[in-house]
Amino acid sequence: MIILYRTLKYAAILLWSAFVLAPFMWALTTSFKTSNGVTSGPTYLPWLQYEPSIEGWRSLFRSDGSGIDIVGPYASSLVVTLCSSAISLVLGTLAAYGLSRFTYRAGFIRNADITFFFISQRIMPPVVLAIPFFLMLQFFGLLDSELGLIVVYIALLMPIAVWVMVDFFNNIPRELDETAMLDGCSPLETFWRVILPNSKPGLVVAGLFCIIFGWSDFFFAFTLTFTNTQLLPVAVVALNSSVTPWWSLSAAALISVAPLIVVAFVLERFLSRGNLAGAIK
Amino acid sequence: MALTTSNLTRHVDGVPHLDNVSCTLKRGGFHVVVGQTLSGKTSLLRALAGLDAPDAGSIALDGRDQHRVPVWKRNVSMVYQQFINYPHLSVYDNIAFPLRRRGMTAVEVDRKVRQAAHMVALAPLLERMPTALSGGQQQRMALARSLAKDDDLLLLDEPLVNLDYKLREQLRDEFLNLFAQRDHAIMVYATTEPNEALLFDANVLVMHQGRLLQSGPAQQVYANPANVDVARIFSDPPMNLMSGTLDAGEILINHAVRLPRPGHFNRLQNGNYTFGIHPCDLSLTSRGIGMRVDLAEINGSETYLHVSRDNADLVLHLAGVHGYNPGDHVETAINGSRLFAFAADGTLAAAPAP
Repeated sequence: MIILYRTLKYAAILLWSAFVLAPFMWALTTSFKTSNGVTSGPTYLPWLQYEPSIEGWRSLFRSDGSGIDIVGPYASSLVVTLCSSAISLVLGTLAAYGLSRFTYRAGFIRNADITFFFISQRIMPPVVLAIPFFLMLQFFGLLDSELGLIVVYIALLMPIAVWVMVDFFNNIPRELDETAMLDGCSPLETFWRVILPNSKPGLVVAGLFCIIFGWSDFFFAFTLTFTNTQLLPVAVVALNSSVTPWWSLSAAALISVAPLIVVAFVLERFLSRGNLAGAIK
Repeated sequence: MALTTSNLTRHVDGVPHLDNVSCTLKRGGFHVVVGQTLSGKTSLLRALAGLDAPDAGSIALDGRDQHRVPVWKRNVSMVYQQFINYPHLSVYDNIAFPLRRRGMTAVEVDRKVRQAAHMVALAPLLERMPTALSGGQQQRMALARSLAKDDDLLLLDEPLVNLDYKLREQLRDEFLNLFAQRDHAIMVYATTEPNEALLFDANVLVMHQGRLLQSGPAQQVYANPANVDVARIFSDPPMNLMSGTLDAGEILINHAVRLPRPGHFNRLQNGNYTFGIHPCDLSLTSRGIGMRVDLAEINGSETYLHVSRDNADLVLHLAGVHGYNPGDHVETAINGSRLFAFAADGTLAAAPAP
């Protein structure tokens, strides 16, 4: 019975892994193919079924008509994503701490309403926000610039940080703040010296969400930029012309997903919530 | 020199957590706030610490109003019933945290940390993280932090309630030694257990529904409870209360049990009273009042025997372990000379000699 259970369990895990990893496998093999390899039916084994070529990868570093120079969009995406995520995390964490610990009242508006207002920005379809953002950036002369995208992404990513961190701070006992204050810390020192060092798991989750959403956004990167600034998702899609170079597209897709995999692996060990166990027993 | 509260009042969602609490807590004294759950003990401690602002009333330390002094500028320590420590800091750094905030030198911090750790037997564990400590050790760490700070006001909010029985007994004994030499400090200890107040022989403040019912030396409050509520709260098990009538020569309890009128009731007028007697002043006898056993509650080396008759319930506090079963018949003796009498409004009318 146990053997049957284990067999079924591992079969299910393998099936799911294959389902998740198959697109990556497909992209990887395609990125090493040429035109002939792509059009000759489904083939997966290099040298046996098709002759591998690094043409797809080479084309990512050519700025002539046969490829794109991916370095520029890559750098822009890194700058925009990291800056907007970092600023969103700092502002969002401070806002979340305030919403978790202090009581705000303005007419009928309470803390829960303010938290919902932050989240509600993510409920609206992006297309509703596109025109106001476009007009605002145009007014400030920030259209088609990295700074303009950073400002827009902060507005989009900060609600995620607030959402994650409010929930995290609500689970930290208030007595910990009170003890810090009784031990001589002002509210800001309490946040900096006691609450923040104990919030690593929450910060990691919020940071991961911000980076993932920022890095993979296509819509705003597409509508708010033209020629001066180009982010990676737009550059990858730009490869898709009348004759799609699937090998270049696959290589670009893999190279664009690589930073997220690295970030997830590095931050995964901080995700444990265990280090709060000693706060209150 | 003392901490004084005047008409301290605080309501939360319309419910009174503190209701006109006025008291004076002298320096060098060990003050025990006794009350049932939700009686306002924690509310009082939090108000004294400055963590909750009262709706009305004032708190003054040595005559200086504390209203506008922020928490982090008050010299106050608080030990919670949950073991609150800084999870990201070692035992050493936990104890050193408030000292460093005060800008003490590293040498001074080290001396005070080791001294406090030694007092609570944590000296060998200074490098450990809080997660590597048992519950008792974590509470000792919180205590050590308070001891090292050496504040004017030390608030202990049921600090032993989450510890196991043996550890509770051990730490309770140590409390007296730990805080004995603190002549400059005001120590306030909140508990639901009147026995702790009696053990500490402290100044007692009995609270009920946010009100301060009575304050004074523990023995005095036990011997002369101001009213029925204090009598019930400041006795464990609670004082047995029975309605009855006082006549010229006898007491008639529950229209059934007759006792000779004791000498300390001589000055009382005849009439209806609520009579009370501590469970330890009831005993079993061979020819007494026949009652039925409802429950025999064995508590360490003592037995709380719950008995009843004609809708009257009594609890006897018996020394030793007694194996009674529900339904057993026992003969109970009421020592009339130990009876309290409370008037119709609940205030104490007569008490037995201590």
